[in-house]
Amino acid sequence: MNNKNILLEVRNLSAEVAGIEILKGINLVVKAGEVHALMGPNGSGKSTFAKVLAGHIDYTVTGGEVLYQGKNLLEMAPEERSRAGVFLAFQYPIEIPGVSNSAFLRLAYNTMQAARGGEELDPLEFDDFIREKIKLVEMDPSFLDRSVNEGFSGGEKKRNEIVQMAVLEPKLAVLDETDSGLDIDALKVVANGVNHLTRPDNAIILVTHYQRLLNYIVPDYVHVIEGGQIVKTGGKELALELETRGYDWVRAEFDAARAAA
Amino acid sequence: MRAAMELVNTVAKDRYLENLLRGQPPASPLGWLNQIRAAATECANALTVPSTRDEEWRFTDPSPLLKFSFQPARGAQRLAQADIQHFVIPEASSDRLVFIDGIYAAELSTHCGNEHGILVTSLAQGLLSHGEFLQQHLARNADFHNDVFCALNTSFVRDGALVIINNNVAYPAPVHLLFIATKPETAVYPRSLVVAGPGSRCALIEEYISLAENVYFNNAVTEVVVGENARVQHTKVQQESRASFHIANCAVTLANKAIYISDTVTLGARLSRHNLHVLQTAEGTRCTLDGLALISGRQLADTHTYMDHAKPGGNSRQLHKCIVDDAAHAVFSGKVRVREGAQLTDSAQTSCNLLLSDKAHVDTKPQLEIFADDVKCAHGATVGQLDAEEVFYLRSRGLDEQGARSLLTYAFAAEIINKIPVASLVRQLRHLVMEKTQLRERI
Repeated sequence: MNNKNILLEVRNLSAEVAGIEILKGINLVVKAGEVHALMGPNGSGKSTFAKVLAGHIDYTVTGGEVLYQGKNLLEMAPEERSRAGVFLAFQYPIEIPGVSNSAFLRLAYNTMQAARGGEELDPLEFDDFIREKIKLVEMDPSFLDRSVNEGFSGGEKKRNEIVQMAVLEPKLAVLDETDSGLDIDALKVVANGVNHLTRPDNAIILVTHYQRLLNYIVPDYVHVIEGGQIVKTGGKELALELETRGYDWVRAEFDAARAAA
Repeated sequence: MRAAMELVNTVAKDRYLENLLRGQPPASPLGWLNQIRAAATECANALTVPSTRDEEWRFTDPSPLLKFSFQPARGAQRLAQADIQHFVIPEASSDRLVFIDGIYAAELSTHCGNEHGILVTSLAQGLLSHGEFLQQHLARNADFHNDVFCALNTSFVRDGALVIINNNVAYPAPVHLLFIATKPETAVYPRSLVVAGPGSRCALIEEYISLAENVYFNNAVTEVVVGENARVQHTKVQQESRASFHIANCAVTLANKAIYISDTVTLGARLSRHNLHVLQTAEGTRCTLDGLALISGRQLADTHTYMDHAKPGGNSRQLHKCIVDDAAHAVFSGKVRVREGAQLTDSAQTSCNLLLSDKAHVDTKPQLEIFADDVKCAHGATVGQLDAEEVFYLRSRGLDEQGARSLLTYAFAAEIINKIPVASLVRQLRHLVMEKTQLRERI
C-alpha cells in the first residue's frame, strides 16, 4: 500500500448525538482516486458518519481517530476542514432567503481561494466561471439569481450541492444521500456531474440507501454499515446483492463471524 | 404618594404639550383647513402624552421625549445640491421633494412629472391650486381624535409633500420624498398626502435622514389614498439620527380593487414609533405590509400596524422582521380586523425576530379581531437566534463562524430589502445592512 495516496484514515471511530451512541467503531481507509459507497438501513449511522467527518456540532466523538492527509481531522473546525478540501453534500441543504445563489457561491469560492492562496474573482469574472460550472449538472442559469435553495425542488437542491462541489473542488467529497428525492433523469444528470468531478487525486464517499445511484457512479468499494459499524466490505457487485437480498443476511454473517472469533 | 407623583407627571406632560403647541404657523386663507387645525389643536390640548399604561403604548415608554424641550424650526437651513447628492436616488431624480427640518426646499426639489399626469409639489402650493380637491382628502384619513401626535401634526399643517396621480396614469418612475433633519432640539411636523386616482399606478419613497447626530423630534403624518383599481407601492426608509425621536402615523385608504404595497425599513432614531393604518373601504383590495427594523445600542423601534378589512374580499399579506442587537428593544404589534360582513377576507401575517445578544429584547403581538365567518386568517411569530444548522452549513462551505453569522443576519434583513422596487435604493440599503452586520465581503 502506498501511504502517500491515503486521503482518509478512520480508526475505531465512535460518536454520539444527544447522549446516544450511534457510531461504534468505524474503520475505513480511503485513497486518492477511489469511490467508496457506504450503504445500510435507516438508522445504521451512515449520515452520522458523514456529519462527523464534516464536523457537525451536534455530534460528539467518543473514541477513535480520523486522519485526513495525515492530520487529525477531529481537531479542525468545520471551516478548516472545508478549506482543507473536505466537502459534505447535505442530505437536506438549507435555504437562505435574501442571498442570491451566485453571491453565495462566489463568497464560498473566494473564501476557499483566500485559504489556498489563489486568486479571488469579482462578480463579473465569477459569472463566467459559474456559468461553466452549472452546465455540469444542467442547471438553468436563472437559479443563480434566485435565493440560495429557496423554493428549489428536492432535485434542484441536490444539483446545487454538486455545483458547490464543482466550485470548491474538494479532495474528499462526502455525498450524503444525494440520490434521495431525485427522479431517474435527475439522478443521471447529478451522477454525470459527479463523475466529471472525480480525478486521480480526489476521492468520493457516497452515502446511499439504494443501489440505483451506483449504476451511474461506479464504486470501487461498497461498505455495509449497520449498528454503527462497517459489517461488510465488497466490490460494486455487493450493492447488487444487497438490492436483491436486503441487509439482514449481512448482519447475520457478521454476528456469526464474531461469535466464531 | 404615588397618586401625587402621577399628578405631577400629568401636569408636566400637559405643559409639555402646551409648549409644543406654541409656535404654530399662521392661519391659512382656507377656512376649512383652519377648522381642521383648530379641531386638531383642541384634541392635542385634551389628550396627553401616552404612557405604558395605555394599551397601545404598553411596550414603548415615550417619556424620554419629555426630557427635552423641542422648538419648532424657525428659518430654513440652506443646503446645496452637493450636500444632498449622497441621498439622491437616480431612478427618482425627476420627481423629488426635499424638506429641511420640515421646511420645503424648492431649490433642491424637482418635479418633471407634472406634465405627465402626476402632480408633485409642496402642499402649500397645492392648497393654492387644488384647495377644493384637497379638502376631500387632507386630514380625512389620519384620524387625530385619539392620537396626540397625529393631532399635534395636524394642528401644524401648512406645508408638506403633495403627490396627485391623475386617473389611469401609470407613472413609471418613483417619487422621492426626502426629509432631512439638520437642527438640534427642534420639533418637526412632516406632512405628506398622496392621492392616486382610479386606475393609476405609482411608486413612492418616503425617506427620513439626518445630517448630524442631533436630538430632535420628527412627528410625521402621511396619508395615502388609493383609488379604484389603482396601485401604490410605498417604501419608507427611516434613517434618523440615533439620538432622535421619530413618531409617524401613516394612514392608507383603499378603494375598490385598490392595491397597496408597503415596505418599511427602520434603522435609525433613539426611539421610533411607526403606526400604519390601512382601511379597506370597498371590495377586493390587495395589500402587502412588509417591514424590517434593524437596531442596536439602546435603540427602541416600535411598529404598530392595523389592517382594517371593513369590506369583503380583501387580501392582505404581512411579513415583519426585527433584528435586535446589544440592549435594543423592538416592538411589533400587528392588528388585523375583519369586520362583520367582510366575508372572503384572506389575511396572513408573519412576525420574525432575530435576537443577536442576551440583552436584546423584542415584544411581538399579533391581534386578530374577526367578526365574519367565511374568512381565512393566519398569523405566526418566531423569536430566536440564528439557526445552528444554518451556521454549520455555511461553515462547511468554508466561512468562519463570524462570517456565517454575518451572512445569515444579512440574509434575514435582505429578504425584506430585496422586495423594494428601486434598484439603487436596494443596493444602498444592502450596503448599509452589510456594514451593520459586519459582513466583510460585499455580496
